[in-house]
Formats: sequence, C-alpha cells, structure tokens
Amino acid sequence: MTQVHLAQRVKPVARPRRRYDSQIRKVAILIISVLAGLVIWQVLSWQFGPALVASPAETAEAAFALLIDGTLWEAITASSYRILLGWLLGVAVGAPLGLLMGRIAVIRELAEPYIEFFRFIPPIAFVTLAVVWFGLGDMSQIVLIFYTSVFVVVINTMAGAVATDETKLRAAASLGASRFQTLYSIVLPSAVPHIVTGARLALGNSFLTIVSAEMVAADQGLGVLIWTSRNYGRIDWTFVGIITLGVIGFFFDRALRLLVSPLAKYKAKI
Amino acid sequence: MMLETETVQTKAGPSLSSEGVRIGFGDFTVVDGADFAAGPGEFVCLLGPSGCGKSTLITAIAGFEKIKGGSLLIAGHPVDGPSSETGMVFQGTEALFDWLTIRQNVEYGSKMRGMGSSERRQISDRHLELVGLTGAADKFPSQLSGGMRQRAQIARVLANEPRVVLMDEPFGALDAQTRHIMQTELDRIWQKSGCTIVFVTHDIDEAILLADRILVMTAGPKARIKSSYEVDLPRPRDETSAGAIELHRKLRSDIGEEVRAALRNQGLAKENS
Repeated sequence: MTQVHLAQRVKPVARPRRRYDSQIRKVAILIISVLAGLVIWQVLSWQFGPALVASPAETAEAAFALLIDGTLWEAITASSYRILLGWLLGVAVGAPLGLLMGRIAVIRELAEPYIEFFRFIPPIAFVTLAVVWFGLGDMSQIVLIFYTSVFVVVINTMAGAVATDETKLRAAASLGASRFQTLYSIVLPSAVPHIVTGARLALGNSFLTIVSAEMVAADQGLGVLIWTSRNYGRIDWTFVGIITLGVIGFFFDRALRLLVSPLAKYKAKI
Repeated sequence: MMLETETVQTKAGPSLSSEGVRIGFGDFTVVDGADFAAGPGEFVCLLGPSGCGKSTLITAIAGFEKIKGGSLLIAGHPVDGPSSETGMVFQGTEALFDWLTIRQNVEYGSKMRGMGSSERRQISDRHLELVGLTGAADKFPSQLSGGMRQRAQIARVLANEPRVVLMDEPFGALDAQTRHIMQTELDRIWQKSGCTIVFVTHDIDEAILLADRILVMTAGPKARIKSSYEVDLPRPRDETSAGAIELHRKLRSDIGEEVRAALRNQGLAKENS
C-alpha cells in the first residue's frame, strides 16, 4: 500500500531531475573543453616562448590592463556597433528582397545577375573605395558589413521562399488571401528558419569583414587593436584582440538564437 | 443545441455547374467532358479509379488549374483563379498553417478579409464547436492527431462560407477507424451547415455513406463522367443496409470496368516507357 503510494509520488519528481542532471553534464563538458583548450594553449606558449605565443596568463594580464585604460572597451563597443548596425541593415534589406525574389519571377530575374556577380567580390576589395566614398570611420565600416551580410541573407531567404509548401499557398489562395497577403502571412513564416540561417551566416561574415576593414580604414576597433599591437610588438595585445572577437561572436550568436527561439517553437513541437 | 438555431449561413444560388470541361497539359488530355451540376446544399461525390483525373477536375474547380475548354461556373460566374468562393479541404495535413494555432487557422480567411477580432472570434467559436475542436482551439496543428487536423481544415473552410466546399480525398491518409468516424462527422457537419460539397474519392463505401449523388468517372486519359447515381438512402447511413449493399454492387461493377481499363493503360504506359 505504502509502496504504491511512494512510487506514485516519486515518478513526477524523477523527470525534472533527469533534465537537471543533463544540464550539469552539459556544463561539465563545457568546462572540460575550455580547460583542455587552455592547457594546449599554455603548452604551446611554453614551446614557442612569449615572443610568438602569449600565454593565457599574459593574455589575461594584458586584457586587464587594456580594460583598465579603456582601450579594450572602446574597441569592443566600436566594432560591435558597426557589426550590429551593418548586419541589421543587411537582414532588413536582404530578407524582404529574398522573399520577393523567391516568389516573383520578374524580380528574381532582374536581381539575380547582380546577386551572383557581387557575392563573389569580397568586401575587402571595396575597402579602399569605401574609404574614398564614406571616409575613415563608422560609415565606411557599416557599409562594408552591410555588403557582406546582405547577399547571404538574400540567397538563404530566397531558398526558403521558393521552398514554401504548395499546398499551403493553395489553401491561402482559396481562403481569399491576395498575393501580397500570401507573401507576408504564408511565405514569410515558412521562410523563417531559412532567414535565421542566413542571418547567422551573415553575422559570421560580418566578423570576418570587420577586422580587415578596420585594419585599413578605421582609427579604433578590434581590428585596429590587433593591427597596432603588431606595430608595437605586443603579441599579448594581439591575443587579447583575437580572443575578444571570438567571445563577442559567440555571445552575439547565442543572443540571436535566444531571440528567435520563440519563432522556432512551433517547429520544435513536431 | 445553440448551433441548430444559429445554422451556418451559406450563400444561395445554383452552386456549381460544369459543362464539357477539358483539362490537360500540352498534348495530354486528362479530363475531357465533365458534365454535371451541384445544387445548393447538395453533396456530390466524384468516384473513380486512382489516377483517373478526378483530383485534376476538383483542382480546376478550385481555380488552381486552368481549363482548356468547356465552362466551369460557380454561382453563375466562370472560375478565374482561386477565390474564397470555393474552399478546398486537402488530403494532406500540411495544408494547415503550422505556425498558427487551430483558432488562428480557422480565422485566417476572415482576417485576410479585414474582419475585426471580436467578429472573427464569434465565427471561429461557432465553427470550432461545429467540428468538435473547442478544446483544441489554442493548440498548434502539430499537437493534434490526423483526424483532428482534418476537422480543423473543415472548420477553416466552412468559416469562410464558400459557395462550394471541395474535398479531395480528405480522409485518404487516415487509418480505417478514424476515417469511419470522420465520415460520420462530416455527414453531421454537412447537415448542420447546409453547405454544398463536391467530394472526390475512390472508395465506394465512402461515397455511399456521404453522397446525395455519385458521379462515376471513366479511367483517364480523357476521363469523363460516365454515369450518375442518386442515393436516396436515409441518413445517417449504414453501409451494411440492404440498399447500401445493392448500390455498392452496382457501383462496383460500373467502376470495375474502369479500374481494369486503368490497369490496362498503366500496363501500356509501362511497355511504352
């Protein structure tokens, strides 16, 4: 009697606990992974000496010093601002354009040659032009980030729009939706996973672009930090710049995924 | 109870007429000469062997397919592309919008027409109750069973008050038990709503259970409607009743020729390819 009673009480408790355990497991593996990376890094720095590889401790020390005098924070905010703004513009223009290109043949035929042409010209090729047209500083960086983001968003969104389920389009049409209504009420939600993929790839591209663009055409930012530290022979500053890039990239991507996770909810339930 | 006083309104008028309709792709003619009409409130079944072109015909009535000849009229107006005059219940449950709840799916048509939210809510309440999905209103399609999803599709179409409801083997993907329940349910829903239904099936019993009139189609290509059967058995129907069995026998011999013809054609097609 009591045993049955116990069994009934234990069962619902067991489930959240298992989930909790798997969380701990995840965090533990993450810690092990990071520690292993630090160990390898440390070994490499012993192997090659501080002139070639700054050790984790030296890098942390340099990062702390740069934080104290404000250089690092200034570089982070400058680069982040450019990346966020340029990338947001790229998504804001790329997603609607991709939707239209995916569903309306004339627009696709008009825009496709340009998309196919420009997507093979790396943004670095435009750095000098950007400086001439927009000057040194934020504007030229933002334009370059926009350029590097927009095509990958367009191409992914277009793929999603083209792949919209025909039955859904027919259902919407026979429920009386106009072409434009179908575009935003059926094609757009169907393409969301593709748009998110495009946006994530574009974010990666933005980080590739920002460093090279800032090295040539900016007076502050993480690219500038990396470039000037070479001039001063400060290998530890270079390491600080590189690691900071990786860390912000990681957090930007996580933030983006968190932001869009409510959109993916209905998919996850399948 | 409330539903009986508040019967779902359908627009009056001769709902659908099809004369000499020809549908094809290039040189290939799928349907050639579909002559029939469906009066308001009538339940018409198109019965034919698989691949005979009955789905193509209903697709054309919905306006998704252009006809090459003849005339297709909905309430006296020629079909010109898809419109809310004809509502389609699809076989596949992917027809539901899976990012919307069941209620939002049912309200989709009225929302697109710019109807206010309280009015929409009344419509969806009524139709969700009609199909027995009141409790599932806030669920997503992926959380429902196949039969419930088809109920949702039916509610979504009826909420839009089309002149003709088109159903393309809507229960074809369901298991036998669920299919039988849905057939009974559809009979009930149809009687309550008074809508006009054109229903495509290859299942003789399904046609007998549901239809006022059964139209038998010949095997494609160049499929046409070859015979028409009035079904005046009392509802709700029982496929094991004497009348139903007799009708089944007639239909089976009628459609049997077409099935054999279809098999011959497929054999020929295989030899040719």
